[in-house]
Parts: sequence; structure tokens; C-alpha cells
Amino acid sequence: MTSAPRPRVALFVTCLVDLFRPTVGFAAVKLLEDAGCEVVVPAAQTCCGQPAFNSGDRKDATEIAKTVIAAFEGYDFLVAPSGSCAGQIAKHYPELFAEGDPWKARAELLAAKSHELISFLVDVRGVASTGARFAGSVTYHDSCSGLRELGVRAQPRKLLGAVEGLSLTELEDSDVCCGFGGTFSVKYSDLSGAIVDKKATKVEASGATTLLAGDLGCLMNMAGRLSRKGSTIEVRHVAEVLAGMADGPAIGKTGKGR
Amino acid sequence: MQVTSPAFKQNATRALADVTLQKAMKNVETGFIAKRAKAAEALPEFEALRDAARDLKTHVLKHLDLYLEAYEKKVIASGGHVHWAESAEDARRIVTDICKRLGARTVTKGKSMITEEIALNDHLEKEGLIPVETDLGEYIIQLRGEHPSHIIAPAVHLTKEQVAGDFRRVHTHLDAGRDLTEPVTLLSEARAVLREKFLLADVGITGANFLVAETGTSIIVTNEGNGDLTQTLPKAHVVVASIEKIVPTLEDVDTLLRVLARSATGQEMSVYTTFSTGPRRDGDPDGPGEYHVVLLDNGRSAMLGTEFEEMLRCIRCGACMNHCPVYQQIGGHAYGWVYPGPMGAVLTPTLVGVDKAGHLPNASTLCGRCESVCPMRIPLPKMMRAWRNREWERALNPAALRTGLGLWASVATRPALYRLAARAASLGMRLLGRGGRIARLPFFAAGWTANRDMPAPEGATFMDQWKAKGGRSA
Repeated sequence: MTSAPRPRVALFVTCLVDLFRPTVGFAAVKLLEDAGCEVVVPAAQTCCGQPAFNSGDRKDATEIAKTVIAAFEGYDFLVAPSGSCAGQIAKHYPELFAEGDPWKARAELLAAKSHELISFLVDVRGVASTGARFAGSVTYHDSCSGLRELGVRAQPRKLLGAVEGLSLTELEDSDVCCGFGGTFSVKYSDLSGAIVDKKATKVEASGATTLLAGDLGCLMNMAGRLSRKGSTIEVRHVAEVLAGMADGPAIGKTGKGR
Repeated sequence: MQVTSPAFKQNATRALADVTLQKAMKNVETGFIAKRAKAAEALPEFEALRDAARDLKTHVLKHLDLYLEAYEKKVIASGGHVHWAESAEDARRIVTDICKRLGARTVTKGKSMITEEIALNDHLEKEGLIPVETDLGEYIIQLRGEHPSHIIAPAVHLTKEQVAGDFRRVHTHLDAGRDLTEPVTLLSEARAVLREKFLLADVGITGANFLVAETGTSIIVTNEGNGDLTQTLPKAHVVVASIEKIVPTLEDVDTLLRVLARSATGQEMSVYTTFSTGPRRDGDPDGPGEYHVVLLDNGRSAMLGTEFEEMLRCIRCGACMNHCPVYQQIGGHAYGWVYPGPMGAVLTPTLVGVDKAGHLPNASTLCGRCESVCPMRIPLPKMMRAWRNREWERALNPAALRTGLGLWASVATRPALYRLAARAASLGMRLLGRGGRIARLPFFAAGWTANRDMPAPEGATFMDQWKAKGGRSA
């Protein structure tokens, strides 16, 4: 636990959660509040800038980073329900600025207090159980940035292990990319499609009825492929299950859900 | 070798539809990855060795001139010759001159990516020489008129049935009814055929895994022993190696050998590790009469001091491509030049130009699995991004992408405008959705829906809902 009794956490919603899956944002707020945090959602947020950064457009990536730094640097922590966006801020923002540029110091300060949601709950707030219930068999995909840039692997498994009624089946090659890769998914659509098809086949082979992961980009990619294949497997962000907010329709579904 | 990297997309699409290739590529996934993981796990100091290997090569690159000169002196002292080749053309000319002076006809070759890089075989053939590849995989692809699809397993894109077919087509002196169903029978047949070539050879050409400055030694690692026969039987042994292969001492070689085979094939050591220092000395029972080293630059010294310098640490183990989800799908030929996979995505643009090889650093999800297994801890994703930066600076990417991203970025830096745009996008996509999913999207997003559905937005944007609920948004 941190020294501050009630740290002020600024939620970086992420552009995908904002647009496609608001439930994940509300789940993040609940998990953070339950973990003793005061949650604020800075209004001046848009995107972390990865589409520009990974396309070589450093100028726009830098401008977007400045917007994020200015909006979030005044809080104790920045937390994002995404290893990819949190990794961009925590690992790559400082790379955008030259030595001696005052923005570099600001980027480094923000980077040091930026976290992916689930690892923040476990590693920083010491959460061992979220008290959620979920009746069903799930499998879990390790999204690349969270796994390899931020070391998110044990934390979600620990919290899922504490969910009453949930049984976790490990996914074969859970650490292999799903083929999303941001703009890669549209620039090299056939390649991306072949990689996600392989992932979908392994998800089906796991026998689980729900697929979870911590990044919405990967989740939309996998959900989109599974539904195109006619699979009935439900796909959700891990925060929805951990917050006990997995009652509504799964990603890419309508109706009453579970 | 013709560069087909500009046609990467078409190459990849063709590879995805190639049923035989897809069958062969399964071997990469099931073979190399589990073996490497097991070998790494079995050695407690493996991660520490990776650090030591990285630091060693980083040091060498800072003092490359010093070590190269020390190496040259030692080679000369042991009776060998050193030839400096600035370009591929220089290297080809040097090798051909040696062969011609010796009146050579047959030239045996150990496995060498550098001689692929300089397209040596084509050149030797033009000069009337007969190059014979003696590594089994290289021999197979030479029979097929192909190039390696992997830097350590050149024929990994082929099935054993294809190889059997090639052997029947070429080895016509053998019984047509022979059984070639088992890999071991293919191996025995190749051994018998190659044994005669070894004895015919006038010059033997190998690459080098390491060049030792302390002793003037060149080192190759193989699993078939073909390299030993290639370099000891003919009149002359010619080593063709790039300048970054230099290592200060034999102890340093030990550090690198311990990570090399484990990362490559999961072996603790390759079957043969062969050290060559100079030609045959008086009293030696065998060995070549002449020993030559061709030191190739071919653009490498220009990488020093740039954001691509770290690529020169590469020891060519192939772990990055084995673990790459893109390489696994399409194999090495789709990359369109000598070096495939993540290491090729960084190296190829430096060697053939980013204008030709621009697709390669982009055709990656930046998943980072390559860096996580690289024994030399080369930051491959970071360098792929560095190429993307250069492409952007030179406006080499498609105009639609540049315009689209520029437009998006100008909205993303204006939160109020962004809110409006997100609201409109949410509404628009919800209208397109049927049962929570969108089956077809227009423009650039058509690529997405060609291969998968697009989940429709759940409802109004999070920011709108948060505001409506009176959430804190200072």
C-alpha cells in the first residue's frame, strides 16, 4: 500500500474503451475505488498517441503526449485499463523528448507514476481479491505490451483465482501476439487475419466459454475473428469480470448477455 | 539476388495461400521454440550470459577498428591472407581472383549467409566455376534454384516429400525405386553424393561465426561436419565474413557460443565447433595450402554511431524469426531478400535501402517477442520504429495514411473537438451494427472487416456517460 491514505488516481480511459466499451471504464473506476483510491477522469484526454508513434509520425505523437502529460501530471497516479496505452506512457513518452527539454523531465515524472490497471491493483495497492463472483470457465490472453513492457502476467491470474465460481483454463501460447498491432491490422489485413485465426483456434481448443484479456484492441480483434467464425465464446475485458460487471452483453454481442 | 521486398504484401498473400508452405512452417513453431525454452531454462546463468554477451559485443563495436587491425596482424602471422572488401562487388572479385589463380573448377561451400548477401554463387557460375553447397539444407535449395528462407535452417520452408522429389529428379544415377520416405534416408543419400564433391573441390569457402582478434582464428559452428570437409580438403580455404564478427579473445567466444546454440536450436553446443588458424603448417597431417579471409563491410561501418548500431551485435541465431508470429505465417521468402524475420526487417533496409525494403519494418505488430528471446538483447521493435520514423520523414509511406493520421492527430490534440468526433463515430457505428457487430466497414477499415467482424460500440461514449452521471472530471 502507498503511504497516502487515499491516492488521487487519474483514469486514462483509452480511446478504444471510450468509444467501444464504456463498461470497462466503469469497471476500472469501481476497482480503483474499492482499492481505496479517489478516481478522477480528466476531461482533456483523447488517445495516448500510439497510432502516430508506431507509424513514424514523431511530431504528432509528441504533440499528443504533451496533451496527456499536461492533463495527468497533477495526480498521484495515472492508471489505464490497457497495457498497451500504459506502456506507451510509462516506457515511450520519455523517448519523445530530447535531453534538456523541460518536457522530458515532465514525461519521466508521469511515466514513473503510470500503471496498467490490474498490475496497479495488485502491485501498488496490494489487492488480493476483488470480491467478485463469476460462474463460468474462462481463459486468458496475455497482451504483448502489458506482458513484455510492463510485466503483467501473474497479477490478473492472481485476481482471477480469487473470483468465486470462476475456473481458469490456461490458453496454449497465451503469450503469442493475437495479430492486432494497431494500424498493422488494417495495413496488413491478411497477415493480421491469419494470426488472429490461429489465436481463435487455440481459444476454442481451450474449452473455455469466456475469453479475457487486459487490452481492448486485442479483445476486439479476437472477438471479431471468433464471431466471424461463428463461435459462441464470449469475449470480455478482465476488469469487467473482476469488478463484477460482466452481466451485460459481451464484446460484439447484443441482448441480455449472461 | 533480386530484391522482391517492395512486393512484400503480394508475397505474403501468396505465402498464406500456399498449403505446402503452411504445412512446412508448422515445424518452426513446434520445433525451435520449445527447444530454446528448455535449453534456456536448464542453464541458471542464461540471462546473465545474455547480459555479458550484449556488453561484450557493445564493447567490440566501440573499438571495431582496433580489434580488426589486431586480428589482421594475427592472421598474417599465422601465414594467412586478409582481404578488405568495402562492397559486395569487391568481395566477389577477391574470391573469384583466388579461384582463378589456383585454376579452380569445383568450389565447395559451407553454409554462409554472407555469401548469400553478396550473391556469390551466381557470380562464380558466371565465371565458369561450379559452386557446391555442402550443408544439407543449402544443398537442397541449390538443387531447387532457391534462396534460404531462414538464416540457420535454409530449407525450413520445404516438406520432406518435396525434398524426396528433388533428389529423385537430380540423383538420376540412383535406383528409381529406392525408399525416400524417412528424413534419415534423405540425409544418407545427400552425404554419399556430397562426399564425392568434397574430394573434387579445389577451393572451399565458408563463412565465420566468430573471428578472434587475439589469435587470428576463424570459427564456424555446424551440425553436419560439412564445414570441416569444405575447409580442410581443398587447396585453399576462403573465409568470407563481415567485419562485426570480430571478438577479442577465445574466452569471449565461449560466452557467445553458450548463448548461440541454445538460442538457435536449443542445443547446448552445436555438434561441430571448428577453429581455423592459418593454412597447413609443416608437419600438419592435413589442411588447406592457403588460408584467406575476406572482410566485408557492405554498409556496416555506416551503421556505427546510428540508431541501428545495436543490430551489429547480431550473432545470426534465428531466434527472432522462430518466435515471430509474422515469420511463422509466411516464411522467409516473402521478405524478399537475404535476411528475413525481425532481424531482416531491421537489416535489409540498411543494406538494400528503405525505399525498397520499407514494408519490412512495418509488417510487424511490435509484439516484442523477438527482443524477449534475442541472446544479444537487440531492441528490434525499437529499431523497426526507427525505420518507420525515417520513412515518415522522407514521406515514403502511402499518402492516404499520412493524410488520415494527420487529420486524426489534429483532432486528438483538441479534446473538445475529439469528444464531438467520438460521439459521431459511436453513433455512426452503432447504426451500422447488427446484433452487436459490424460485418463490413468502408475505406481503410475494410481491411479489418475482410478478416473479422468489428464489434459495434456498446452505447454512448464513456466520457459522455461519465459526464451524464456527474462523475469527477477535473
